[in-house]
Amino acid sequence: MTPEAPAIMAGTSFGRSVGRVEDARLVRGKGRYVDDIILPDQSYAAFVRSPYAHARLASIDTADALGRPGVIRIVTGADVAAAGLPPLPCGWMIHSTDGAPMKMGVRPMLAQDVVRYVGEPVAIVVADTRDLARDAAEAVLVDYEELDVTADCADALRDTTVQIHADIPGNRAFDWDIGNAAAVTDAFASAAHVVSLTLRNNRLIPNAIEPRAANAVWNAVDEQLTLYMAHQNPIGMRAFIAGYYGLAAEHKLRIVSPDVGGGFGSKAHNYPEELAIAFAAKLVDRPVKWTAERTESFLTDAHGRDHLTTAELALDSDGRFLALRVDTLANIGAYLSSSGALVPTYMYATMLSGQYVIPAIHCRVRAIYTNTCPVDAYRGAGRPEAAYVVERIVNVAAERIGLDQAEIRRRNFITDFPYQTPVVYEYDSGDYTRSLNEALALADYAGFPARQVEAAARGRLRGIGIAAYVEACGIGPSAKLAALGGGAGMWESAEVRVHPMGTVEVLTGAHSHGQGHQTTFAQVAADRFGVPIEKISVVQGDTDRIQAGTGTYGSRASVGMSATLRACDSIIAKGKAIVAHLIDVDLETVAFSDGIFSSSATNRTVAFAEMAYAAHTAAGFPTDQIEPGLVATSFFDPPNFTYPSGVYVCEVEIDPETGTTDVVAFSAADDFGTVANPMIVEGQVHGGVTQGIGQALWENARHDPDTAQLLTASFMDYGMPRAVSLPNYKLVFTPTPSPSNPLGMKGCGEAGAIGAPPAVINAICNALGVTHIDMPAAPETIWRLCQARMSS
Amino acid sequence: MVQVTLRVNGKEAELDLPGRALLIHALRDHLRLTGSHIGCDTSQCGACTVHVDGKAIKSCAMLAAEADGCEVTTIEGLGSDAALHPMQEAFRQHHGLQCGYCTPGMIMLALDMVARHGQLDEPTVREELDGNLCRCTGYQNIVSAILAGADAMAHV
Repeated sequence: MTPEAPAIMAGTSFGRSVGRVEDARLVRGKGRYVDDIILPDQSYAAFVRSPYAHARLASIDTADALGRPGVIRIVTGADVAAAGLPPLPCGWMIHSTDGAPMKMGVRPMLAQDVVRYVGEPVAIVVADTRDLARDAAEAVLVDYEELDVTADCADALRDTTVQIHADIPGNRAFDWDIGNAAAVTDAFASAAHVVSLTLRNNRLIPNAIEPRAANAVWNAVDEQLTLYMAHQNPIGMRAFIAGYYGLAAEHKLRIVSPDVGGGFGSKAHNYPEELAIAFAAKLVDRPVKWTAERTESFLTDAHGRDHLTTAELALDSDGRFLALRVDTLANIGAYLSSSGALVPTYMYATMLSGQYVIPAIHCRVRAIYTNTCPVDAYRGAGRPEAAYVVERIVNVAAERIGLDQAEIRRRNFITDFPYQTPVVYEYDSGDYTRSLNEALALADYAGFPARQVEAAARGRLRGIGIAAYVEACGIGPSAKLAALGGGAGMWESAEVRVHPMGTVEVLTGAHSHGQGHQTTFAQVAADRFGVPIEKISVVQGDTDRIQAGTGTYGSRASVGMSATLRACDSIIAKGKAIVAHLIDVDLETVAFSDGIFSSSATNRTVAFAEMAYAAHTAAGFPTDQIEPGLVATSFFDPPNFTYPSGVYVCEVEIDPETGTTDVVAFSAADDFGTVANPMIVEGQVHGGVTQGIGQALWENARHDPDTAQLLTASFMDYGMPRAVSLPNYKLVFTPTPSPSNPLGMKGCGEAGAIGAPPAVINAICNALGVTHIDMPAAPETIWRLCQARMSS
Repeated sequence: MVQVTLRVNGKEAELDLPGRALLIHALRDHLRLTGSHIGCDTSQCGACTVHVDGKAIKSCAMLAAEADGCEVTTIEGLGSDAALHPMQEAFRQHHGLQCGYCTPGMIMLALDMVARHGQLDEPTVREELDGNLCRCTGYQNIVSAILAGADAMAHV
């Protein structure tokens, strides 16, 4: 497939800050989330979860719990085994450097013999009410025999006494590498400068404000299963739940994800719980509903990041990069989650070229099992880890050789596109110098020294940090994914239905859980058809309405919007044929613009709605040439990923007396390609940057080293970003349209979370005059650094 | 079971509830006013914020029985089908919401801010938002929306 020239539509809708269609119901409290649904004869489920991070299940005694009033059934791992339900899969196959396939720890839907992280589901209690289920869950007596634990990947690798999966010695899922090790070694040998850095990318907990939820009902007569679930990919889940689990036949399985309250990746994965709820509903023949409590979310929503990395950068005497060598330990948790093998490999190491010409790159990644919640894609997913490595070591190099942090970047930027990196990806387009210039202007970089002096007079340490990120979005090119070990293609589908009065439905397999697809997808059709947005509905999240799709994650809505555009164009093509018949002209003479069909052969025109009516009535139609009806479908599979990029400038002030850091200014210049709706895209940047600042300053999943208990399992313990701790952000767009889709879009959902952490840490290091500080840069750590410096 | 009488959004409601039922459960499960949400169980996130006798409270931190005899206003009690309340309109205008889950709680808190402070400024709004979490917006547009909503209410 050859890419089409990007057509930035100069329409009245697309490209403008159109108000969101979804808001009218959401601001009224009329959204419909999974927990809002109560089905007739509803029952409720509570999970019995392991309180230990590693233990053998000696016995499960359900007698007391089962005898309680209102308790319907208790489902355990034995039921799962008896039903022959397979363990959860990982969607990606990684081969170690020696050619061996990755080692998968077996992850049953409900624990069988051993539990491997705190919160792992052991049993489900189904009862008449939520309270009865919760009470009975506490009455299930599980006899655990505790085993040794490890929560840290370096410990897990070192300590051979803890073995998390019996058949995986050394707790190593894979030992993988990418790039040219020999070329890197040669480059280091001749380098004028070599800098190295060891850094930890802290483990994060996604914390969508809506917890995960499921409600399943089984119709035994028709063998139909309906599963309501808070998910980012309900359409894609059907093939998985039917095909892999066989819980119902594909054509009799309905999955509905109505309004979903945020995802950030955490609702894109396969989890045991939602599957187990569907399984339980079949066993009890009543609707079964479960909504996670917040601590369940903390314990079991797949965590993000958790890398321990050593990086070395070689430079010539002019400060030009020669080679980058990276060695990463990735803590993958107790099991390989859905994309758990993909994130620390092809989502991470492939991004290590950053925005720079780096002739040689080599990266080794060892994926290590620990007694912690599985780690999977969370906003950015591998790309933040890569940007953090690159953008930190670039600043370390700048400091070492005495170059300004803007100048070292400028000197090394890629300037010609497309650009083939040494680590698989071919960047599509970009103007990195422009983004740097615009970000520096927005931040008044030149005025920083004066602000630093002014802050010093107030006893505050002021610092400025720059980070330049690039990422890969728009997954995916199915052929490229398959070549990298992906188990499924990631196209997206759209079906456009035009009704007799000219109203339009856009059905898509993409799923909005805050991104505003009801608006942006409608904007595409509105401009293409010249139809007001009020006459367009975007339908998502229900397999009874939508045939096929692969969901929304990885900033990939451009794929679904491109499918929408193509389906619209098919409608217009058919419309032209209909109009040629209606006004009796040659098809070649018919044109369409602004909602009106016209012909160079006549003054007669036909409005879009008029054509739609004719398509449906088909009165006097040449049905041997043109079929009645007006529906078109497109499956868009892009030729390449898209590569959004940008430059962020963060300014901080640190109080050396308390160690607290205030982010006092944050400026962002982002290249997202074509921007569909600036208001919505700015909102995505605000949210992403906030999560990035959160990672840099407050957020951290901490485990007790002796028990592997999660110490940060509620909003009282985990540092969520709050309004009072954040500034207003200054944004500018620096678009270069992507050639990888007909709209020229790149994606914007994760950028902020990718670029912000290194910008913040670079600013803190700049303020403190230190080479590195790990995230989160907590007040205590900074205070100790300040104290040590004062006493020395 | 306890008998609880509430006046919710101007309508009398008599409920027979388990003693441990929280106000949020009475509203969501029994009155089917599902606009108020549960996000944390520890009264940290504010998604369940409603007004009880005119004051914003976290309805996950109050037993339904404690609200016996009280006047309760939820997000569903604002505005009308025809017209949004000025604060709801401000959230819409300023893109103060993305997934919408925290939004009802944010709007109910915002009205409480206006009631207590009258005129609002940005530092006050950011400070007052301390007990309400949003994971989508980074708060910037929520702050803009609340300032604009307060302004609009002053000019109604």
